[in-house]
Amino acid sequence: MSDRPTGTAADYWRANVRLLLKLLVVWFVVSYLCGILLVDVLNAFSIGGYPLGYFFAQQGSIYVFLFLIFFYAWRMNKLDREFGVAEKE
Amino acid sequence: MDTQTWIYLMVGGSFLLYLVIAIASRAGSTDDFYVAGGGVGPVANGMATAADWMSAASFISMAGLIAFLGYNASPYLMGWTGGFVLLALLLAPYLRKFGSFTVPAFIGARYYSNVARTVAVICLIVASITYVIGQMKGVGVAFGRFLQVEFETGVMIGMAVVFVYAVLGGMKGITYTQIAQYIVLIFAFTVPAVFISMQLTGVPLPQIGLGSTMADGSGVYLLERLDNVITDLGFDSFTTPEHSTLNVFMLTLSLMIGTAGLPHVIIRFFTVRKVTDARKSVGWALFFIAILYTTAPAVGAMARLNLMETVQTGPVGEETGNLKYSERPQWFKTWEGTGLLAFEDKNDDGRIQYYNANSEEFAEEASSYGWEGNEMVTVDRDIMVLANPEIAQLPSWVIALVAAGGVAAALSTAAGLLLAISSAISHDLLKSMLKPDISEKNELMAGRIAMTGSILVAGYLGMNPPGFAAEVVALAFGLAASSIFPVLLMGVFSKRMNREGAIAGMLAGLTATVLYIFVFKGMFFIPGTNLFPDEAGYWFLGIQPESFGAIGAAINFIAAFLVSRATPAPPAEIRDMIEDIRVPGALRQV
Repeated sequence: MSDRPTGTAADYWRANVRLLLKLLVVWFVVSYLCGILLVDVLNAFSIGGYPLGYFFAQQGSIYVFLFLIFFYAWRMNKLDREFGVAEKE
Repeated sequence: MDTQTWIYLMVGGSFLLYLVIAIASRAGSTDDFYVAGGGVGPVANGMATAADWMSAASFISMAGLIAFLGYNASPYLMGWTGGFVLLALLLAPYLRKFGSFTVPAFIGARYYSNVARTVAVICLIVASITYVIGQMKGVGVAFGRFLQVEFETGVMIGMAVVFVYAVLGGMKGITYTQIAQYIVLIFAFTVPAVFISMQLTGVPLPQIGLGSTMADGSGVYLLERLDNVITDLGFDSFTTPEHSTLNVFMLTLSLMIGTAGLPHVIIRFFTVRKVTDARKSVGWALFFIAILYTTAPAVGAMARLNLMETVQTGPVGEETGNLKYSERPQWFKTWEGTGLLAFEDKNDDGRIQYYNANSEEFAEEASSYGWEGNEMVTVDRDIMVLANPEIAQLPSWVIALVAAGGVAAALSTAAGLLLAISSAISHDLLKSMLKPDISEKNELMAGRIAMTGSILVAGYLGMNPPGFAAEVVALAFGLAASSIFPVLLMGVFSKRMNREGAIAGMLAGLTATVLYIFVFKGMFFIPGTNLFPDEAGYWFLGIQPESFGAIGAAINFIAAFLVSRATPAPPAEIRDMIEDIRVPGALRQV
C-alpha cells in the first residue's frame, strides 16, 4: 500500500468526479427539467391517473434520487476495489 | 376504550420506550456523546437520520400544504429529498473519512483557521436555534391538541423527555430513540393513508392509489375527480403550476442545498463505522424519508377530496348540493372545537358553501346561486393530517397513533438539533479554543451542561416565540445553503481553496442572504422595519426570500474563488489532508 504511485489516487478521483457528474445530470433532469421547467409540456401525457409532469415533481424524482444514491454507493465500492483504495475491514 | 384513553396509552407508552432506551444507552465517553461511539450500522443510522430530518412540519404540515397547493408544493417534496443526493455524492463520505465530531471542526481543520471555525459555529448555532424553536412549538401544539394540556405544559413535558435521553446519552441516546421514533411516526403516517387509499380507490398502496381510478365504479381517475371538484368551486387546479417558474426553481434549489448543509443532518453521518457505510447510509436515510414523502401527496390529495365532498355533496349550484350544517359529521364538530375548522352561515341558508371567494371569475357564478361568501372561514392546513383518521372513520387507536407520531417527529428533530448546538459549544468553542487541556471526563460533563442549557433556551423560545417564528425556517435553510454547504463542498473538491477564500465566501453568502431576507421580512424580523413589502412585485427577479439561499450560495462561491486566487495557496499538509479524505482507505502509511 505504501509505495503506490500517486497517479492512482488522481485517476481514482477523476473517475469519481466523472461518475458523480453523470449522476448529477440525471438528478437535474428528473427534478428541475421534468418536474419544473417542462412540467406543462409533460402534463399533456400521463401514466395511470398521474399527469406526467406532476408525477415527476411529487413521486418520480424522489424514486430516481433514491436510485442514484444506491447506484453511486455500489459503483464507488467497485471503484475503491479496482484502485486498491478500499477500507480495511 | 375511548379515544382519549388510547392517546394517553400510546403517547405514554412511547415515552416509556424512549426512557428505557435512554437508560440503556448512557454515554460513557465523548465518543459516545458526540458520535454514538462511531459504530452505528448504515441502516440504523439511515432510520435515525430520517427521524432527525422529518420534523413536526414534515409530519403534520406538509400533507396539508400539498392538499391546498397541489403541484405548487412540489419544491418542498423535491427540495427536501434531492438534498440527500448532494449529501451522498458531494459531502458525507469525505466528511466521514475526515472523522471529526462536529461540522465546524472540519471547517477549522480544512481551512487551518479558528476564525473560519468560529464563523461556522455562529452559522450553525443561528440555523439550529431558529429551527429548534419550531420543533418546541410543534411539541406544545401536538400535546395541546391531543392531550388537552396547556401549550406551556406540553413544551415542558417535551423538554423533560428530551432532557433525560439527550443529556444522559448524547448522540448515543438520541440515535436509538430516533430509531424508535421513526417507527412510531412512520406507522402513524402510513396506516391512515393506507385505509383512505383503500376507501377511495381500492388500492392499498397510497402511491399507486393516487394514480388510480375511483373505487365508486365511475372509472374516473382520482386526480381528475379532485381537479374537477375544486375547479368547479373556483379553486386553482391541483396538478398544474401557478407560480413563477424561476421562483419554483430557485426555491427547490435553495431547499436542496440547505438540506445538504444542515449540520444536524451532516453529523449523523459521523456516527457510522466507515466511508462505505456513510455512502450507503444516506441512501437508507432517503429510503426511510421517501416512505413518508411519497405518501404525503396521496394523503394531501385524498384528504382534500374527502373534505370537499363532505361539504359539496351534490352538483354545484343546486340547493341540495351543499351539506346542511346541522347534519355535519362528528369529526367536523370535534375540530370546530379546536378552532382549526370554523363555519359562518353568511347567507343564512343553514347549508355550508365552501368555495374560492377570491376568484373573480367564480364570484359572479357564486352570487347567482345566492352564495354570499366562503362559509368555511377557517380550514387549517394541519387538519389534513390530524383529522385524517376521523374523516376516514378509523378506529380510536389509529387516532392515538397519529398523536404519538406527531410528538415523535417533533422530539426527534429537536434532539438532533440540540446535539448539534451543544457539541459546537462544548467541542468547538470550549475544548478547541478556550480550554484545549480539558480532560475527556470534563469535556463530557461540559457537553451535558451545554445540552441542558440548549434545552432550556429552546424551551423558553418555544414558549415565548419571537414574533418571527413562522419566518425563521427560511432563515435556517438560507444560512445552511449560503454559508455552510459551499465551504464544505469547496473543502473537498478544491485543493486551491484557502482560509481567506473560505472566510470571505461564508461572510459574503451569509450577509447577502440575511440582508435579502431582512429587506422583505424586517430587520431582525422586527415588524415594520422591512424596506419593501414581502410581495412578488418587489422581489428581485420575482425570487421570494425563502428562495434566496441558492443565490447566497452562488455569491459565496464567487467571493471565495476571487479571494482565494488573490491570496496564498493552502499549506502542503492541507493538500495532503485533502488527498487523504478523497479516498476511503489509507493512501500512504503514516
